[in-house]
Amino acid sequence: MSINHPTAPFVGAPEKDPNISLIGTLAMLVEAPGDFDLVQQGRIWALAEVFSSWPNVQEAVIGVTNVMLAFEQPPEDIGALSASIIELWHRLPGRDANGKLIEIPVVYGGEYGFDLPAVAARAGLSGREVVRIHSEGEYTVCAVASSPGFGYLHGLDPRIFMPRKSVPSLNMRAGSVTIGGMQTGVAALSSPNGWNAIGWAAVPMFDPRSDQPSLMAPGDRVKFRIDRIEL
Amino acid sequence: MIEILTSHALNTIQDLGRIGARRFGVSTSGAMDPVALAAGNALLGNDSTAASIEVQTFPFRLRFGADIAFALTGVDCNAVLAGCAVPPWWCMRAKAGDILALGFPRHGARAYLTFEGGIDLPRVLGSRSTHIRAGFGGLDGRALREGDIVPISHTRREAAARFDFGAEPPEVAIAGARASEDGVFRVRVLRAGEYDLFSDAMQATFWSTTWKISFQSDRGGYRLAGAKLTLPAPVEMRSHGVVAGVVQVPPAGEPIIQMSDANTAGGYPKIAAVIQADLWRLGQAPPGSLIVFSEVDYREAVAAMTPVNDYIAGLRATADLFRAL
Repeated sequence: MSINHPTAPFVGAPEKDPNISLIGTLAMLVEAPGDFDLVQQGRIWALAEVFSSWPNVQEAVIGVTNVMLAFEQPPEDIGALSASIIELWHRLPGRDANGKLIEIPVVYGGEYGFDLPAVAARAGLSGREVVRIHSEGEYTVCAVASSPGFGYLHGLDPRIFMPRKSVPSLNMRAGSVTIGGMQTGVAALSSPNGWNAIGWAAVPMFDPRSDQPSLMAPGDRVKFRIDRIEL
Repeated sequence: MIEILTSHALNTIQDLGRIGARRFGVSTSGAMDPVALAAGNALLGNDSTAASIEVQTFPFRLRFGADIAFALTGVDCNAVLAGCAVPPWWCMRAKAGDILALGFPRHGARAYLTFEGGIDLPRVLGSRSTHIRAGFGGLDGRALREGDIVPISHTRREAAARFDFGAEPPEVAIAGARASEDGVFRVRVLRAGEYDLFSDAMQATFWSTTWKISFQSDRGGYRLAGAKLTLPAPVEMRSHGVVAGVVQVPPAGEPIIQMSDANTAGGYPKIAAVIQADLWRLGQAPPGSLIVFSEVDYREAVAAMTPVNDYIAGLRATADLFRAL
């Protein structure tokens, strides 16, 4: 149930429009066309920044190549609003991943990295190699979502992709360094979690009493450093 | 202050919700029945942002540590203050030492206790709502328990203000708000993003099924049982923002309606979204309740909020007059 018609030709532009749909009367989802990549994600960041300054927008909530607008009041003219969003999408330059660099020391494996052997087995690698590949990557925070301070990190080496579990681990500890599909992240809360834990980081990811409660913000870059390996 | 004497699991301090922190991954929390909360604050002349105690497990008892005016709204739970019955949707003044006891409700799910001046706990990220999963907000970020002391603000605007009056409950005052005679709630929804991906037969099933709110339902979401909605091919959704009321369909086919404590992000296909004017009614539907979905368009969904807003505004104006009499 899309408001616009993404398949209709956009005169003079070879590029498809974003898909725009409502979630009730107080939220609107704007999804970038095409496959996931950091260029589209950067355009979403730029879009979200502009949206945040629009009247009647409570906040712009960034997802993975999409952004949800939460409204104060139901917008009066959905059609006109969608048209402005589409126009903005085609005109606005994307933002680079030029946020701060966050370095996170990790204790890989051991008590809290209990899925490291499974990740290694699936990859056909040793645990040590998985750790090397994970810690050598440079990651980009696409979005902070799902639970407080949880950053969806892009940039995982495909050799260590690992599907989410169908049955979540019941009480994964806050700080667990995890892999879920093609993404990696650091669990901000102790809670049930379907991602695969390969290590643990002591860096606090979330402080509700701070003006900037989340350590990670969209566009930040993250590097994991080996603190210790427990195999 | 007040002292909690009896509280079983999951009774928490909630206001209208934590607005503006979704972008940090923080769900809004907030009262499941915001109309009952708003009515309580209106009766007392409180700011609409004042927090309440949301009671969803009964019985519940507290003792007043001072003379404090309070309002009891939401579900009718046979409340008694110092031996005298407290009518539902009522405000009155308790004396220091009085015990207020809420019994078991017959219909509905949640009662709201609001206090003149409001609950005096710090706002965290702009709200006093308890975020249980992350452990902040409310009282120490957790559910209330026996022996807890909840501070109440001392700012009394009108020392001589008169209390002891009530409101017509919204399910009586607002046309169509009550469950039908067979006990089935009609819940109005708008189609959502992936509605068109479901086959005609699946769409028809969605509208025609009488869904049961399962017992694996809580403030995070309501799981529905009654039919399975499957897609011709699995759909890979990228993680995106969601709001309370969204009806998502996981691969197993049984829909989930996200509620106040839902995650900020979701990735399941969205078939529909409950309109704002019906979310508070859903907040009063306990597990086991039966619901049917009926479709409205955007204009109808917006218009449906007018009687709700009018109800609260009217109640506030009338209560202001009563207190000044």
